[in-house]
Amino acid sequence: MNPSAPEITGITWRDSLLFALLVLRRYRFRTSMMLLAMTLAVGSVVAFTALGEGARGFVQNEFSSLGGEMLVVLPGRKQTTGGAPPVMGTSARDVTLADVKALRERLRGAQSVVPLVAGKVEVSANARARDVMIIGSTAEYFAVREMKVMNGNILPEIDDNLAQPVCVIGGKVRDELFGNVQAVGEWIKMGDRRFRIIGVLSGKADASGFDLSDGVLIPVASAQMLFNRQGLFRVMVKPREHYSIDKLQVEVLAGFKDLHQGEEDVTVVKPDSMMKTFDQIFAALTLGIGAIAGISLLVAGVLVMNLTLISVSQRTKEIGLLKALGATNHHIRRLFLLESVLLCMAGALCGVVAGEFLVLIGRMLWPNVPFAAPTWAVVTSVLIALFSGLVFAWLPATRAARQQPVEALAGKMT
Amino acid sequence: MIHLRNVSRQFALGDEIVHALDGIDLDIHAGEYVSVMGPSGSGKSTLLNVVGLLDTPDQGSYQLAGIETVGLPEESRGQLRRDKIGFVFQAYHLIPRLTARENIALPMVLAGMQPAERRVRTDEVLKRLNLWSRADHLPQQLSGGQRQRVAIGRAVVMKPEIILADEPTGNLDSRSGREVMELLEELNASGITLMMVTHDNVLGARAHRHIVFGDGHVVSDDRAMNKNESISA
Repeated sequence: MNPSAPEITGITWRDSLLFALLVLRRYRFRTSMMLLAMTLAVGSVVAFTALGEGARGFVQNEFSSLGGEMLVVLPGRKQTTGGAPPVMGTSARDVTLADVKALRERLRGAQSVVPLVAGKVEVSANARARDVMIIGSTAEYFAVREMKVMNGNILPEIDDNLAQPVCVIGGKVRDELFGNVQAVGEWIKMGDRRFRIIGVLSGKADASGFDLSDGVLIPVASAQMLFNRQGLFRVMVKPREHYSIDKLQVEVLAGFKDLHQGEEDVTVVKPDSMMKTFDQIFAALTLGIGAIAGISLLVAGVLVMNLTLISVSQRTKEIGLLKALGATNHHIRRLFLLESVLLCMAGALCGVVAGEFLVLIGRMLWPNVPFAAPTWAVVTSVLIALFSGLVFAWLPATRAARQQPVEALAGKMT
Repeated sequence: MIHLRNVSRQFALGDEIVHALDGIDLDIHAGEYVSVMGPSGSGKSTLLNVVGLLDTPDQGSYQLAGIETVGLPEESRGQLRRDKIGFVFQAYHLIPRLTARENIALPMVLAGMQPAERRVRTDEVLKRLNLWSRADHLPQQLSGGQRQRVAIGRAVVMKPEIILADEPTGNLDSRSGREVMELLEELNASGITLMMVTHDNVLGARAHRHIVFGDGHVVSDDRAMNKNESISA
């Protein structure tokens, strides 16, 4: 290095940092206001996106145990004018076990076609009774729903039309009717019929909205007798592996049209794709409320700009002095930017902590809802906070750096 | 040390153009003790600002320690200011949130000096200016005279060749003012060039060389060179 041209030195990063920290400590009001604004902004992004994610996770959990891709046939035609498909079979023509049998022969792409009958009936045993949801179905239903028994067996693989007086009960029903007693082999009364328990379901068995651990499964023909109803509640069609579900849907519809003399009087839905749509809606929702909360970051940024401007004008003389003592424009700008960035960083961290704290409280209050701020939201909001600290303080800091020393010393802003 | 040649500086005050400095030639040698006097608006403060590199002449040449400063980028001017010139202001211009020690160390902080070296130099200055017991006081806890002593400490800590003082006793009572003046003169006696702007004739008379300013011109300079006499004539 040429010794006659001394290296241009200036305030070190370490000293800049100490200097800025001292300013922040000295101007408590300004510091706490900016901290508060940033904390609220980042905290609300964290909390709101956690809320959106929680809602998404909640819906996903509630409907996720559908057992992969499948089609659900509902009796009745969904009107083209929209609205929800009918929940109970209200059409003139029932979907019957004969339809199911015909479909099994017809649909090469279907792995299983499962009939469902549902209803509520009083179940009693040991002088204890309660209303329980009864599902009439087949052995295949267990495979489709991925359900297992902890004791005994699943429903027997018998002809659909055979009404055997056997049942598989949910864990909760077993607990309530039998306590800790081994229930397999016992008889229970449902309505005016008696059924022998051949198995107990293990764990919580969700089935599109209701909890099967609080229900009883019986053969479909038995359920038809019990409820004295021929029409099926639902038919579930599970495609073979790699078979297109959309193709199968068309085939199912066409099949019913043929079976029902050319009338399209059933609705075929894809719960899985409904689920995906739900998921997308909630993801978009999360993004949306995240963005709305993000506006508060912008507001906080504008506040940062204003407070930094005030700080610059209040400290005009100091800027003049720093210049007189040889501080360069570059270094003066750096001092002011550092102040703002430090504040925003501290505010962002406080915001993350505050937001996560709210999330924790939410989880304690509603344990079913999996509140969790997505990592992208946390990282993005912190980055935006830092970025806005830089961007919004840039103008005031540049203004500070531009001051003419003579005027600044006299307290005049230029 | 300081060589001004045909230096002009003008300001626009409304429609009127004020010639604060109107073709000034001035030479100040190392170790001199110069007072600059004159009525307000005579340009004496502008002269001090130009000499202190806080202001730039509109025309002319200004050599400081052999370096032509007109046309230098702001960064280099800042560095020259930092290394060669110490300022003492009428209003002290101490930073209120910094202690006496920190205010004195500020120029070294801005110069990127190592903390250990800063400590040594600050201690030395604090002792020399009799401020040792006040080192950790904030400016608001100090008397006016003590504040100005801190400001002088800040001015000398970089071991400058020149001290520029603008009404250094203007805000002080006579006793503190005398102390401050004695301190400045002591520094001058140790070899630092001292240039002081004042409108106090008694104070101005203490200097070894007296420059009187009027309307942007040097009206009198009792150790003037021939050139200056011809201009003021």
